[in-house]
Amino acid sequence: MTQATPNTATAREDDVLIPAVDVIEDPQGILLIADLPGVPKEQLNIQVDGDLLTLEGAIALPVPQGITSIHAEIEAPRFRRAFTLSRELDAERVEAELRHGVLRLRIPKKAHAQPRRIEVQID
Amino acid sequence: MIYRSFIPREVLAQLDRLQRELQPAERSSSIRGAAQGSFPPINIGSTPSAVELYAFAPGIDPATLDVQIERGVLTLSGERKSDLPSADQKATVHIGERFSGRFRRVVTLPDDIDAGAVSARYRDGLLHVSVPRRVAEQPRKIEIL
Repeated sequence: MTQATPNTATAREDDVLIPAVDVIEDPQGILLIADLPGVPKEQLNIQVDGDLLTLEGAIALPVPQGITSIHAEIEAPRFRRAFTLSRELDAERVEAELRHGVLRLRIPKKAHAQPRRIEVQID
Repeated sequence: MIYRSFIPREVLAQLDRLQRELQPAERSSSIRGAAQGSFPPINIGSTPSAVELYAFAPGIDPATLDVQIERGVLTLSGERKSDLPSADQKATVHIGERFSGRFRRVVTLPDDIDAGAVSARYRDGLLHVSVPRRVAEQPRKIEIL
């Protein structure tokens, strides 16, 4: 059992897959859900640099020795996708959970950015 | 992105999927076709002793995954629930690309497989099905007396 790229014959290091995501916003913040099948926790890298959020994960396939690919729909060894965060999001308090190859990333809004009901004055 | 709401979300999701599929150029085709963009994507590899199938199916309860082999054809089916909020919730969907709903993939296996000794394992959203090949008749040297 060794780790290898999904398709050792054609995969190149710089090939990346763009994971499918759902992005849902509610009054408290943003929930980002990303499909990262085959990416174990140790191979997942979530990074916030300034306002840029980058997700990256390498696929770990349990590939036996001497395998030859006969059909491949996943032809790159890793996922990568980046998102630009907006100012009202609090990148310091991002919570991440990876389960069954699905990453759920919760990005809360900064306290002052959370909704307040604004009273409408009637004269 | 004010125009987004005038186009049904499914259409946008389809376009996104299409865009992602168009990325890698060279693809092999199969008689059961329409493989690209199907859920889950499948890779198949072969060794002298087994056929290894990898289905990239994240976010599925393994108990609801159904894997069957009948007359050399492997069928993988199940359902993935949507994570998108219902219309009455106070939430906005900005991107909705992830597959949801029922799925079914059918794959032809080589002739010399032993369907009785299949093993399947689900880990990190990856389903690995290992189908051993029957031990081939070894070439024998015939002694001349």
